[in-house]
Amino acid sequence: MSRPTRLVEVRQKVLKQNDVVARELRDRFRSAGVFVVSLVSSPGSGKTAFLEKTLTMMRGEFRVAALVGDLATDNDAKRLARSQAPVKQITTGTLCHLEAEMVRAALEGWDERELDFLFIENVGNLVCPATFDLGEELRLVLFSTTEGEDKPLKYPTIFNTADIAVITKIDLADAVEFNREAAHRNIQSVRPGMEIMEVSSKSGRGMEEFISYLRMRRAESRGAAAKGNELRDFSLVPSPSGRGLG
Amino acid sequence: MHELSIAMSIIDTATEEAAKLDNAQVLAVHLKLGPMAGVVKEALLASYEMASENSPLAGSKLVIVETELRAYCPVCETERAVVSLTDISCSNCGTPTPQITSGRELEVTAMEIAQ
Repeated sequence: MSRPTRLVEVRQKVLKQNDVVARELRDRFRSAGVFVVSLVSSPGSGKTAFLEKTLTMMRGEFRVAALVGDLATDNDAKRLARSQAPVKQITTGTLCHLEAEMVRAALEGWDERELDFLFIENVGNLVCPATFDLGEELRLVLFSTTEGEDKPLKYPTIFNTADIAVITKIDLADAVEFNREAAHRNIQSVRPGMEIMEVSSKSGRGMEEFISYLRMRRAESRGAAAKGNELRDFSLVPSPSGRGLG
Repeated sequence: MHELSIAMSIIDTATEEAAKLDNAQVLAVHLKLGPMAGVVKEALLASYEMASENSPLAGSKLVIVETELRAYCPVCETERAVVSLTDISCSNCGTPTPQITSGRELEVTAMEIAQ
């Protein structure tokens, strides 16, 4: 005899807690006037080198800082500290991604109002970070010419949650016979309309363009904030990314 | 493998909801899962079993209802099914459809409780 059961409607987002913290962070960042950029990629795609170059190039003009997630070591934080920008390590232990609460905890002791840009380097992983909103304004997904053109097709979800694709190690493109057209086509296939940048942290190629882009995005974001609260309602922001919605 | 932490969140949510119902015994939790939620169904089912073991939800089932990937098609001027995760375009006319309307769901929708 089966037991009598009753079906009760619930309707609760599983990551409600993360979404709440992410939304609070996003509000906090906006009112502090700091533009927050996160970076996701697979391990070894050149995130840290790219970020070190970015911090070094921007430091003269802007107040920049970085949070860097890593499973066990603080090697990346040490490398980034060479840029002279404030850097804090988030050691995730066995966790394969950053969550909004870790970002909030890492910010303790920092006054974000004294920053123009904050960069958040996620754990090297193209799967898990896709699910967690960190309150960032812009999410970059990086992949290197040495990883192959089909990376976007293998990890479509992370590309779809990101705003910009950055192809790194472009100086090695010829050596590894990187098929640029195929890479661009694959990105557009998983995320139509996605903006793509090509950079080399080593030669500096594409870096000025990238920094100009950040400068423009920050100015736009501040302009929108100054205009009032109409853009605070995230449903009005014309981004197809799912982060921050719901 | 972030499915374990997701399974734990599901259990927390269900435990909270059960508390509102006089700590009713939960027999099953219904979850809506989109193909773009970034969660692997099989891994989540296995994680759920493991994570629920020593919780008030021990022995309960996780019932996953998968949703369809859909987007607004600017040419058809309506919501359409998307071809696939790796081809985000209208299944009707082939136009790229960046505006996803459904497919990111990760939501507890219902619970079966003992009467």
